[in-house]
Amino acid sequence: MTASLEVLAAGTLTTVQDRGRFGHAHLGVPRAGALDGPAAALAHRLVGNDPDAALLEVTLGGLEVRASEGRWVAVTGAACPVTVDGEARGHDRAEWLPPGATLRLGAPVAGVRSYVAVAGGLAVAPVLGSRSTDTLAWVGPPRVVAGSVLPVGRATGDPRAHETPRPRRAGPLRITPGPRDDWFADGAFAALCAAAYTVGADSNRIGMRLDGPTLRRTTAGELPSEGMALGAVQVPPSGLPVVFLADHPPTGGYPVIGVVVEDDLWRCAQLRPGDEVRFTPDRPVAARR
Amino acid sequence: MTAHLQGHPQGHLRVRPVGRRGLLVEVDDAHSARSLAAWARAVSVAAVEVVPAAATVLFDGVADLEGLRARLTEWSPTERPTPGGLVEIAVSYDGPDLAAVAEAWGTDRDGVVARHTGVEYVAAFGGFAPGFAYLEGLPAELAVSRLDSPRARVEAGSVGLAGTWCGIYPRASPGGWRILGSTDAVLWDQDREPPALLPPGTRVRFVPR
Repeated sequence: MTASLEVLAAGTLTTVQDRGRFGHAHLGVPRAGALDGPAAALAHRLVGNDPDAALLEVTLGGLEVRASEGRWVAVTGAACPVTVDGEARGHDRAEWLPPGATLRLGAPVAGVRSYVAVAGGLAVAPVLGSRSTDTLAWVGPPRVVAGSVLPVGRATGDPRAHETPRPRRAGPLRITPGPRDDWFADGAFAALCAAAYTVGADSNRIGMRLDGPTLRRTTAGELPSEGMALGAVQVPPSGLPVVFLADHPPTGGYPVIGVVVEDDLWRCAQLRPGDEVRFTPDRPVAARR
Repeated sequence: MTAHLQGHPQGHLRVRPVGRRGLLVEVDDAHSARSLAAWARAVSVAAVEVVPAAATVLFDGVADLEGLRARLTEWSPTERPTPGGLVEIAVSYDGPDLAAVAEAWGTDRDGVVARHTGVEYVAAFGGFAPGFAYLEGLPAELAVSRLDSPRARVEAGSVGLAGTWCGIYPRASPGGWRILGSTDAVLWDQDREPPALLPPGTRVRFVPR
């Protein structure tokens, strides 16, 4: 019998994610993938998984799963109360989930998305080379709901006793100008980097919407649809920027004033509506060397 | 940092920076974009994503941006991609915007059907949704405006026009295209290889059902 996780409760939104689905943007397929990539990678390392394995991305807690076989598990990302059959367990460390026991994630006190890795990884059928679910077009495995039974692969590695958590880099999100910063008033990019924005309530895996000073366009007319990169800061007619995250549409018709450095995007996964966001110009390549 | 790169002509190309690992190449039209993207795939340009669109090609996930810039000078806009296969799409011409399009074209329902089926289209690029293809081929004089206010729901299989583009909705979604009719064709099936019925380059003919 195949090992599995039975989902008893799935909270607000729980999806299966891996590192994403690459090479299909020209067919209209978003890349998807864990929004907080470093947290997902940490969870996999803790239970001895390959970095390309699949795990659960849990939005604001509320997950309950029962294992058919005993497995090492790890919860990372947004720090939330973790219990196994009601007993408190740790965050950012490997914990043993015995057969038939229930792992439960409470609501995080800070952050938004927690990750649950199981030794062996989630063995749902890949679609176009990835086990990620994208929430724009719903390519990939179906959304995880109460009653879902998720197959678990054979555990191959050993759990890590210790893991150094990554440094939590604070400060503004680094951003490069372009490709369409010349569609905006002079100084608009500098204004974007000088202002304080707050995360909008309708932010999701597709984009982080921002409230704050509007950015004024000077080039009139419509931009013919063009390819959109991960981290693109698109400015619709409202003038309020949207940061494109993993499930963003592969093409779009609004100008992109700048692109957030990919290494900083995981922080967008953990910002809550109302949190402050600032940008700073990315240092030129020469200065980074 | 990028002032000297912004719109810098690279031979006959204009290249714009996209983050640390991407370039947006501006070309004349969708045909050139498709040609450049097809060339880039054929010569295995080192990019994770190559996304042709209306007048650009996005190269993303590029480890060596300078190498790519140099490589792009090898492409000639006169290169024409080999035509793709022909797909026939059977359409019931009973859409809600048939009368409005007939009026815009100065004809009647049969005239719309004759003109719409009289053109061979080519899938230029995708991107709006999995399986959606921007079909080019309609002459400029038959361009139609989008709806002023998009519909909250356009059914899967709806065949519509926007400007000179023709498109088929792979699934129900909101939309502002002028709907001429509908088809049973399955535009996207993730268990099919390839999953898209109309990948870029595919030639398309509509036939009345």
